[in-house]
Amino acid sequence: MKKAAITGAYSTKVGDLEGATCMSLHTEAGLGALADAGLEVGDVDGLLCAYSFTEPHLMLASVFAEYIGMQPSHASAVSMGGVTACMLVMQAAALVEAGYCRHVLVVTGDNRLSGMRGNAVQALSEVGNQQYEQPYGMTIPAAYALVAQRYMSEFGVTSEQLAAIAVTMREHAALNPKAHMRTPITVDDVMNSRFIATPLHLLDCCLISDGGAAVVVSAADTAGDLKAPRIDVLGSGQGHTHEYIVAAPSLTDYGCKRSAADALGRAGLKPSDIDVVEIYDSFTITLLAELESMGFFERGEAGAAAAAGELKIGGKLPCNTHGGLLSYGHSGAAGGMYHVVEAVEQLRGAAKGRQVDGAELALVHGDGGILSAHCSIVLGRA
Amino acid sequence: MEKPVPRPNADSAPFWEGCAAHEFRFQRCNSCGKAQFYPRAICANCRGDDLDWEVSVGKGAVHSVTTVSRGPSVAFKEDGPYQVALVDMDEGFRFMANVRGGEAEIGTRVRVIYEKRGDQTIPQVEIGG
Repeated sequence: MKKAAITGAYSTKVGDLEGATCMSLHTEAGLGALADAGLEVGDVDGLLCAYSFTEPHLMLASVFAEYIGMQPSHASAVSMGGVTACMLVMQAAALVEAGYCRHVLVVTGDNRLSGMRGNAVQALSEVGNQQYEQPYGMTIPAAYALVAQRYMSEFGVTSEQLAAIAVTMREHAALNPKAHMRTPITVDDVMNSRFIATPLHLLDCCLISDGGAAVVVSAADTAGDLKAPRIDVLGSGQGHTHEYIVAAPSLTDYGCKRSAADALGRAGLKPSDIDVVEIYDSFTITLLAELESMGFFERGEAGAAAAAGELKIGGKLPCNTHGGLLSYGHSGAAGGMYHVVEAVEQLRGAAKGRQVDGAELALVHGDGGILSAHCSIVLGRA
Repeated sequence: MEKPVPRPNADSAPFWEGCAAHEFRFQRCNSCGKAQFYPRAICANCRGDDLDWEVSVGKGAVHSVTTVSRGPSVAFKEDGPYQVALVDMDEGFRFMANVRGGEAEIGTRVRVIYEKRGDQTIPQVEIGG
């Protein structure tokens, strides 16, 4: 079996990018990742895309390929919410490992801030079950709030601990000139921000941003000819337990337990081997629950760890070193891809001003739905 | 924009017809005995297709609950903050509802009530029971 490696990575600006379109963001991200790798459009034999709110289409990979004049020998588009970016990287690696492709371009992007102007929250609420959830005014934050209430009740997590996660993400974003929100915040700021759905305050919730991001996944034996240092895909895994929160088998245990165990197992590693983690943080509770469910912390300990600074750059387990969805930005499927791009930058030693010393192994994790679908990827410096 | 009205399909029609008659119907699998909600063509526990409709007594306890300040649309925002709960019914299934008649917490006992929504009747819960 061939080995797969990330050979190119790029993210656009994030934030309010008036004038951008879904396809212009795809183009900048895709061509940027190819340039980073030292490849041309004609070198790409596989193209994987996600989905878009502003340019919804059943066949986004074909739409994008046509837009930039690419005629790949393999293309598909995956629509699995926030887990999509990680899933696309896993799929790209599988295509390369199986010998179907040599260079797969994986592209995500959406202008859901400037292109939707306030309608993104309503659009997102429509992923709730039409008969059994939407009539009750369930929103995505409300669904995660149901998780948070239960998690706090069972494991003694406090709102201050959740706030500490938001503060840490903002501290990291302040070190990152590209981040959408960089103004420092305190635990009090989070606690005093208005409730969206109890116990989640505004600052417990991720941003809505325009932006795009892309990576190139190549056969590792081609990477020697390329520009950027190779980052190996060492293992990946998925876990799926439900779609709708009303039908979730548990509000405290999710598919990330399996996805992380499989990814680490395939890489021959354990959680304590990992130097830096980039984990889906749609809400503060998302990150806390996933860190515990994946085995980086014992139950009920991630909150205290966050409050003690263990998730900071320089801490015991640096987490979301770019600022995460909470402060770097969230642009639909690209939100998860920012985590992938950041892991690549960390492992290349290129994360200026926020570099984790000696980072050689990273775990990236995405979550779609309401902790419904999970994918974990272990990356390593070659 | 109005609040969403549930659109029944072949799987769910008996449930919504029950709601119209103020009767909370759920499925029970004759193969494994598990109670199931929401209604499906097969049992999600054992894939058995021999499912019977039963009528719930309409009582349960709150598994989790949140007070939503920012609703998904103007119709909900006009209500002001409202509670969304996941309710574990005594027969062993879970459903989602808004809480009426007070504020619920995890563990609060509730009972099912019905509200008109467009051309449908939807189940809700109120404190008590």
